[in-house]
Amino acid sequence: MLEYTNKIQEIAKKILSEGKVDMVIGFRKGTIPMMSEPCFVTDADGVGELSFDSNCGSNLANYIMDRKEKIGIVAKGCDSRNIVNHIIENKIKREQLYIIGIPCRGMVDRHAVGAALGGEILEAVENADSLVVKGVDGEATYSLVDMLQDNCKTCTHRNPVIVDEMVADKVEEQQDTNPYEDVKKIEALSPEEKTAYFDELLSPCIRCYACRNACPLCYCPTCFVDESRPQWLGKSQDITDVKTFHFLRAYHCSGRCTECGACENACPMGIKVRQLTKKLNMDCLETWGWEAGLTVDARPALDQYNLNDPEEFIK
Amino acid sequence: MSDWEPKIVSFFCNWCTYGAADLAGVSRMEHPPNTRVIRLPCSGRVSPKFILAALRQGADGVWVSGCHPGDCHYIEGNYYARRKFNLMKNLLEHMGLEPGRVQFSWISSAESTKYVQVINEVIETVRKLGPAKDFVKDKPKVD
Repeated sequence: MLEYTNKIQEIAKKILSEGKVDMVIGFRKGTIPMMSEPCFVTDADGVGELSFDSNCGSNLANYIMDRKEKIGIVAKGCDSRNIVNHIIENKIKREQLYIIGIPCRGMVDRHAVGAALGGEILEAVENADSLVVKGVDGEATYSLVDMLQDNCKTCTHRNPVIVDEMVADKVEEQQDTNPYEDVKKIEALSPEEKTAYFDELLSPCIRCYACRNACPLCYCPTCFVDESRPQWLGKSQDITDVKTFHFLRAYHCSGRCTECGACENACPMGIKVRQLTKKLNMDCLETWGWEAGLTVDARPALDQYNLNDPEEFIK
Repeated sequence: MSDWEPKIVSFFCNWCTYGAADLAGVSRMEHPPNTRVIRLPCSGRVSPKFILAALRQGADGVWVSGCHPGDCHYIEGNYYARRKFNLMKNLLEHMGLEPGRVQFSWISSAESTKYVQVINEVIETVRKLGPAKDFVKDKPKVD
């Protein structure tokens, strides 16, 4: 996807100099290997900073909420679905946006690369379909396809759902993926085994809230974790506090999560926090046939109802 | 442990189940005293925070009850609630909470007999499960 960089710069330059937008939000190379950071360009001369590679896993829809100016935004498939969410939730108007669509082939999971390399990544060079990584103990080459983020492996919405201009032709969507395989596996466990599984999964959490901050859905002025009267949960690393936080974080995303993977990408401890949101997404899909962010014409799953919604669990 | 009694926190809609509980009381219908009732304007007011807070502070079970679909005082509050409860219950049980620890029901203000029947069911289910283990905030362990 390296070839997208030139096209992104070209489009950004065009829309900025024509005055179509006041700012372009894209990615630029981060200061450490395998990291990209958001980049806000307000001047046509500054577009040279913009870049795109397989480390652009964070979600730029996070930066458009409540903005007043006109914005050009670089959007992968999942980002575009989050933009749809924001339009539905009145966080931005469609007319304010010029969406630069990325046909995405998946983002690289830096935690997986780090684990495969067995140490800190000192340098990384991306080629068309491979990644050459240098670590303390030597160099290794990985295929990009093998190192994709979990959500990208099973993604079925690689092309943006709303777009003003594409940087390249659409990529083929993946067929017959099985995104909820691991959720089904957990469902088959007994309550004690499930408790043990999630205690183990979430125990490394340091409560940094990076998952919350990286998520474009989390925009409450006061997050429930910061509320003190009443205080819903403690701030410690006590397992009950950690589990309560992750439960509520995931639940607040129910019917809205687009599986962009920004939460897992941001987690410094490499926790698979999507195990919870995935369960909710699976339920939304199986119970109400709902997938978030595909159209601006439908209300989210929890903001609509049917008279005959399932209720066999209610006495 | 033999004298352990389950503690249930109940969230009742003001317009129906709360009335049913009241009716059961004034009708002198016998029912167990294990619940702590919290009155809400609508079952749609129930947030997962409330349920987790109840468990965290030592409830052995949580029971949420509102109006039958179609009977909501606010027209549609319980329809939204039904969708929320569906996801909430599934996710809680996905994380290891035993089925039965959190229960839901629709009881109108005239159904005092259903109220007495459900309160018994809820308490007996939780009694079988024993004291709550998940999502309980214990005192810090000191070695």
